[in-house]
Amino acid sequence: MTNLTNMTMVEALKGLENKDFTSVEITQAHIDAMQSARHLNAYITETPEIALKQAAASDAKRAKGDVGLLEGIPVAIKDLFCTKGVQTTAGSHILEGFTPHYESSVTTNMFADGAVMLGKVNLDEFAMGSANTTSYYGNVINPWKRNNGDDADLAPGGSSGGSAAAVSARIAMAATGTDTGGSIRQPAAFCGITGIKPTYGRCSRWGIVAFSSSLDQAGAFARNVEDSALLLQSMAGFDPKDSTSADLPVPDFVAGLKGDIKGLKIGIPKEYRVDGMPKEIEDIWQKGIDWLKDAGAEIVDVSLPHTKYALPTYYIIAPAECSSNLARYDGVKFGLRVEGKDLTESYELTRASGFGDEVKRRIMIGTYALSSGYYDAYYIKAQKVRRLISNDFMEAYKKCDVLLTPTAPSAAFALGENEDDPIKMYLNDVFTVPASLAGLPGMSVPAGVDSLGLPLGLQIIGRPWDEENVLRVGHAIEKSANFKQMPQFIEKIAA
Amino acid sequence: MSLEKKDVEKVARLARLKITDEEATRYGTQLSNIINFVEQLKEVDTDNVEPLASVVDIKLRLREDVVTDGGIQADVIANAPESLEGFFVVPKVVE
Repeated sequence: MTNLTNMTMVEALKGLENKDFTSVEITQAHIDAMQSARHLNAYITETPEIALKQAAASDAKRAKGDVGLLEGIPVAIKDLFCTKGVQTTAGSHILEGFTPHYESSVTTNMFADGAVMLGKVNLDEFAMGSANTTSYYGNVINPWKRNNGDDADLAPGGSSGGSAAAVSARIAMAATGTDTGGSIRQPAAFCGITGIKPTYGRCSRWGIVAFSSSLDQAGAFARNVEDSALLLQSMAGFDPKDSTSADLPVPDFVAGLKGDIKGLKIGIPKEYRVDGMPKEIEDIWQKGIDWLKDAGAEIVDVSLPHTKYALPTYYIIAPAECSSNLARYDGVKFGLRVEGKDLTESYELTRASGFGDEVKRRIMIGTYALSSGYYDAYYIKAQKVRRLISNDFMEAYKKCDVLLTPTAPSAAFALGENEDDPIKMYLNDVFTVPASLAGLPGMSVPAGVDSLGLPLGLQIIGRPWDEENVLRVGHAIEKSANFKQMPQFIEKIAA
Repeated sequence: MSLEKKDVEKVARLARLKITDEEATRYGTQLSNIINFVEQLKEVDTDNVEPLASVVDIKLRLREDVVTDGGIQADVIANAPESLEGFFVVPKVVE
């Protein structure tokens, strides 16, 4: 009997077409798996009733010959996407119980294509974090363990930690995520799966709880490149309700995977060889370079001179936009309210008790950076450096088609590590933030494991609107890496 | 650059966040570290560089000036902590 939770989406679609199983059967298998993997805390809200209803409707739709792109596929939705009638928390206490009366554009697209929602997955509070340790609903546990016998619980990465953990643990076939500075790519690397953030503007932001509006972009988690392409295909598209949504046709990403990468120019940015980079990261990067060379690509050395300024730039722009976006949480229109002696005190008490530490820090940094007398010195300065960072990429793309880098400077770390110092946590995103600032498409593909058996990812960064080459190069790496490892507890179940 | 306790208290007030004395001290240290970290941008020569506000080269669109939405008062107030006859209710602000 086929293991219904260990298929790729493409395999599942084929099986559904051949009537090997129904969507209700796959969905039930995922619900059972989801409920037996609750120790991971990947889901904030499980929606088994909705899932089974959608699955039955999908089976009926399929029987009539009406088959969407994701017809009958059970997926997880990051709890940052508004879902009609289902609590949407953004990982925050301040939105506990908030039940949207509308559906985000991305999930609307997916449901129209036949997707089945298993539930809403955990994340860092308002997507602010790199370890999924800032969620009001508790830490997510990475399904992977070190192979040295130490039983430490590892971080799944963040902010889309629940999405990555769920897909890796086979309790969702795929999942949506959002990426502001690396929140799809870094957790995908930590959990040994594939994650793609498309070009800014490719997916509508409408109905996604806002963090940093000039950076936030939705994207896809899956267990291989083809599935990622398929999910992204469904999520993407022009939406008049988002003023920064691109009115451009969405290419057929899956069809784009065919063909080879012969003659494609792969840029290797020298500034990403940072001091103190672990040798294992350097080795996996070199392997990636060799694989692509063997596949017929041409390797080109490039320079992105302002790379080291990306993190400080990000940590002005993102908090500034966050302080502005999060001003809406005032205890009046939705969410938590804590009464005070007057309206101002009610605001202050509501926000003090509704937001966690990291969110408060970022609101305060942003408020400071935007405050009178500091605005030019911080915010405008950061926007200028942001242009220089973006120019670096455009200059590099005169010499190459895509860039190849490691996704993160380490494998998954243990929960509790990196928590004493916010800056140390921020350094996790050193390789992902620059592409975010430039709005470029980026993808992480699992490339191997470190000496402790933990997955390591390689990142491919493309030109604006060129997800196709990003996916194609990701596909080439996937073929060469032949990454078959699974989290230990899955292997035990499968055995 | 370091943020004194009173600076943190001012920022917290601007951000409408009630903070305790202990928090003001703790955040003071953490925020100072972050500010010092971002100060390295000062090294970058940005003379004659235009600030980048949006990465997408997309012109804002105009749409037909017609009603496309509305009539959903019940939906709008459905999540309000307190509402009355279709209004949001807040503590008294005018004496």
